[in-house]
Amino acid sequence: MVKITFVDAGGTARTVEGEVGSTVMETAIRNGVPGIDAECGGACACATCHVYVDEAWREAAGEPEPMEEDMLDFAFDVRPTSRLSCQIRVKETLDGLTVTTPAKQG
Amino acid sequence: MNAPIVIVGAGQTAAQAAASLRQGGFDGGLVIVGDEPHPPYQRPPLSKKHLAGSFAGERLGLKAETFYTEARIDLRLGATARAIDPRERRLGLADGTRLAYSRLLLATGSRPRALALPGAGLGGVHRLRTRADVARFQGELRPGARLAIVGGGYIGLEVAATARELGLAVTVIEAADRLLSRVVSPVVSRFFHDLHLTHGVAIRTGAGVEALEGDERVTGVRLSTGETLGADMVLVATGGLPNAELAAEAGLAVEDGILVDEACRTSAPGIFAAGDVARFPSRRYGRRIRLESVQNAVDGAKAAAAAMLGESPLYDPVPWFWSDQYDAKLQIAGLSTGYTHAEVEGDPASGSFAVAYRDGGRLLAVDAVNWPRRHMEARRALAEEPPIAVAP
Ligand SMILES: Cc1cc2nc3c(=O)[nH]c(=O)nc-3n(C[C@H](O)[C@H](O)[C@H](O)COP(=O)(O)OP(=O)(O)OC[C@H]3O[C@@H](n4cnc5c(N)ncnc54)[C@H](O)[C@@H]3O)c2cc1C
Repeated sequence: MVKITFVDAGGTARTVEGEVGSTVMETAIRNGVPGIDAECGGACACATCHVYVDEAWREAAGEPEPMEEDMLDFAFDVRPTSRLSCQIRVKETLDGLTVTTPAKQG
Repeated sequence: MNAPIVIVGAGQTAAQAAASLRQGGFDGGLVIVGDEPHPPYQRPPLSKKHLAGSFAGERLGLKAETFYTEARIDLRLGATARAIDPRERRLGLADGTRLAYSRLLLATGSRPRALALPGAGLGGVHRLRTRADVARFQGELRPGARLAIVGGGYIGLEVAATARELGLAVTVIEAADRLLSRVVSPVVSRFFHDLHLTHGVAIRTGAGVEALEGDERVTGVRLSTGETLGADMVLVATGGLPNAELAAEAGLAVEDGILVDEACRTSAPGIFAAGDVARFPSRRYGRRIRLESVQNAVDGAKAAAAAMLGESPLYDPVPWFWSDQYDAKLQIAGLSTGYTHAEVEGDPASGSFAVAYRDGGRLLAVDAVNWPRRHMEARRALAEEPPIAVAP
């Protein structure tokens, strides 16, 4: 299990456990973390699981693929650290990962 | 007057409506009655990753397991709603329970159209709508086995792609002269036709099915040409029908779906409908439409929740949809029905292209293949088109 912290737009942090091999989006949904809609369930088709990856974790989380980048550009309040959380795989090297959810999705 | 809000059906529409009711501040009783044994789950993976075996059933749930208790939702699974009494505001369940409701949301979804043909009841003949359907079907998927798919729509083609990945010999049989004929233009049909051929799928377009052959188990599919294709199993994927009987029997207005207004209200006071089962007026398209998509389940549920809380939402979405087949992602924005011209953007041979559909100057829809940016742009552009009146 890998610890992931979700900070909401108001600053409240929730730390939950993610399963290696699943995604950061799934981890949020399964733990009832608010602020992530994930309407398409992880098909990279809706851009409603947008998060900001903490600067310290940016490299470990990796860069978005072109497909993800295209979708991201249409999310709300996109920043250089933006990712779609359905495209971030949970792995050991992400233990401690912190992401912030935007004020709204879509 | 303290009766709960009751939602019939425990699918994506129900889950979203329940969540939105709580988010909207509704504090009263909330009951969901669903006939399947599972809490609301995602259907899209059923023909894709879940069927392929790479996405376990536990991952399909739409909400955390604790969500329903924490949100004080009385989730009654394995329970079938049998009758509505709109005057008394009561819902009767199959086990004899009668539930009083203050407001009722019909979110009963749709089901696969059955083949009304000889042999349709044989063993080895499948449909794909629920987790139980997948479990039955998956048990028979063996590399080398011959699978005939009746219907060249999204679900048929997604299953064809998954079954090829699992090593089955697949034939798709489509009555129309091309695949996906009801939803996309010939260019897009051609692209997917070629894609499936490349992956070794046999495709029979313009081929009607006369009968399924076999004694107990299906052994073949007899075509209208007289020819019989040998098959070890058959998947019937010929489109969906709304589960609107419950509403019709209660006297609600039904016309290929439960008729609702722009705020998801049915013809009976206090009864709402949303998702696959509802037919709503679209000013974007100037007619009543019924959609079977995640977009419509989510956005329709949000609108229905707002309406149940006394607001006056205007549900008139830009429809969107996706389909994954092999490495191709088709994303559709809008509805292309009735287009006067279709313009191809990019080169289909490159694997990434789009088709924009217009009626005169009005943009109706854009199909984008492996081009998410074009899809998202289209959603924005479609949202800008001015409304058209819907004839009553
Ligand atoms: C295989 C498959 C793949 C799909 N892929 C995509 C995709 O890629 N993209 C996309 O946008 N959409 C896709 N869809 C469509 C999408 O899943 C549906 O539009 C969505 O699930 C509709 O949600 P719903 O809640 O309205 O209906 P449903 O999900 O059908 O839920 C309705 C529930 O109500 C239950 N019910 C019915 N009558 C009663 C009753 N009388 N009492 C109690 N319960 C009752 C039903 O059994 C069902 O569990 C797919 C669908 C399928 C089947």
